[in-house]
Amino acid sequence: MNVAALTIADVQSGLRNKTFSAVELATEALRFAEAENPKTNAYLTIANERALVAAAKVDAKLAAGDDPGPLAGVPVAVKDVIVTKNLRTTCASRLLENYIPPYDATAIERLEAAGGVILGKANCDEFAMGGSNENSAFGPVRNPVALDRVPGGSSGGSAAVVAQGTAVVSLGSDTGGSIRQPASFCGVVGVTPTYGRVSRYGLVAFASSLDHIGPFGKNVADCATVLKAIAGHDPMDSTSAHAPVADYAATLNAPVKGMKIGLPAEYFKDLSSETGDLIMKAVDVYKKLGCEIVDVSLPHTEYALATYYIICTAEASSNLARYDGVRYTARNTDANSLTSMYRDTRGDFFGAECKRRIMLGTYVLSHGYYDAYYLKAQKVRNLITQDFAQAFETVDALIAPVSPFPAFKLGEKMADPLAMYLADIYSIAGDLAGVPCMSVPCGKTASEGLPVGAQLLCNHFEEAKMFQLAQAYETESAAS
Amino acid sequence: MTFTEKDVRYVADLANLRLSDTEIQKLAQELGAVVTYMEKLNQLDTSGVEPMAQVLYASEDETGSLRPDVERPSIPNKEALRNAAVSGAGYFKIPRVIER
Repeated sequence: MNVAALTIADVQSGLRNKTFSAVELATEALRFAEAENPKTNAYLTIANERALVAAAKVDAKLAAGDDPGPLAGVPVAVKDVIVTKNLRTTCASRLLENYIPPYDATAIERLEAAGGVILGKANCDEFAMGGSNENSAFGPVRNPVALDRVPGGSSGGSAAVVAQGTAVVSLGSDTGGSIRQPASFCGVVGVTPTYGRVSRYGLVAFASSLDHIGPFGKNVADCATVLKAIAGHDPMDSTSAHAPVADYAATLNAPVKGMKIGLPAEYFKDLSSETGDLIMKAVDVYKKLGCEIVDVSLPHTEYALATYYIICTAEASSNLARYDGVRYTARNTDANSLTSMYRDTRGDFFGAECKRRIMLGTYVLSHGYYDAYYLKAQKVRNLITQDFAQAFETVDALIAPVSPFPAFKLGEKMADPLAMYLADIYSIAGDLAGVPCMSVPCGKTASEGLPVGAQLLCNHFEEAKMFQLAQAYETESAAS
Repeated sequence: MTFTEKDVRYVADLANLRLSDTEIQKLAQELGAVVTYMEKLNQLDTSGVEPMAQVLYASEDETGSLRPDVERPSIPNKEALRNAAVSGAGYFKIPRVIER
């Protein structure tokens, strides 16, 4: 069994044809993950016992003739910002190094109810803050495609395990591109669904008005299957959407002829030439498939980055206030007053990027600056959202780059926070507007063989159409 | 926008965050650069624009999503305290607040 190459469909047919049992698959997947992990550091925790218990349940259902679920036996990795009952959840922070959650996130419950087998917890930037996975307190993740390069971030581990084959699919979280950017850097598919499509109950909060959970997979169909399994309203998250979840698989292979795809001019300005060429080749594929390509404008794009870093840091500074040395394991034990306990615990345990964002967020919310920064950013967010609403009046989808350049070298951008933030320039507007978006691999650079991702964006709750377009591209580019 | 070390100390105080002198020096530089970039938004006239605090969907009644107010079991005390930094007698323990 070549566990590294498996897709969800392969796992289902393997189980059906009794090529392997779920326990045999889980045992082999765990062995392979354990053996390969030192190359990339993509897993922070491997969950042997939990995986084998879940796999045994799948085998029991199969033996009894019951439906084992759409993810039956599928080895899954979960970003370590999504809580797992009795399984250490660190957020890649020293602060939560020993945190054992007392409950499962809704997405985890749904994954396991669908038969998914959680192999372990994936490395990421601390509290999901970063674009390179270099902010992990437990060491960076290396890109499996080029080990001297970053896998992207913040869901770097979740992208790397799928690229490396140490999980079939994975869950990540996206606040400003944290699923799509690592997917593009590692050459896998990554999906940020509509805001509210997947419950965030049990997702450790970073920026609540922007946080999403979404899947990674080797192909579009795997991501559609995982999203279908975890999406839908959850009474435990009042921001989760009531809109019915479409049957993504039913329309996956429908023709896309006649669909209108918009090319937003603002997203093609500051691209590395190789990235731009590869995106335009993907555009040509859509032309060949009979799609109509039209030029569109999202005029407030250049303000998205500033807007994002005001809103996300403001929300982060509030959300991280809970780490005060009382409830979440870590405390500076020398502190002899309440105030010094707060300050010294946070000073001791937060990494540099978390401190930077807490400081920025506190500043933009502080007396005298709230209107100038936070309120202003909320207004500009509205303008950015209106840009998308207007574009989607005339087009079915937008196509754009995910990142201005492919994976950069470890250490290359760590000295300059603003340069690191600027790498998010094409991925944040989708989060601000809350529209579904995804990264689809569209080739490798000729010079260095690094993967590039094309970004597809659709209107709220149009994941089915987005998957249909992505699948059409995947099928056509595999054939040619 | 420039940040002095005094400004950084003031914000760190608001954030209940202890920083070393080296961190303060570095943050003064970094915050200055990022906040200057953020001021780009002042180029835009936003008078008459509603602030957007949350993603709202045009077609759905997504506001009626409050769940019924009924009693449900909660995490037992022992479980809730399992991740406490320090606990005792069924409570979270913190340094003494009131001297007597």
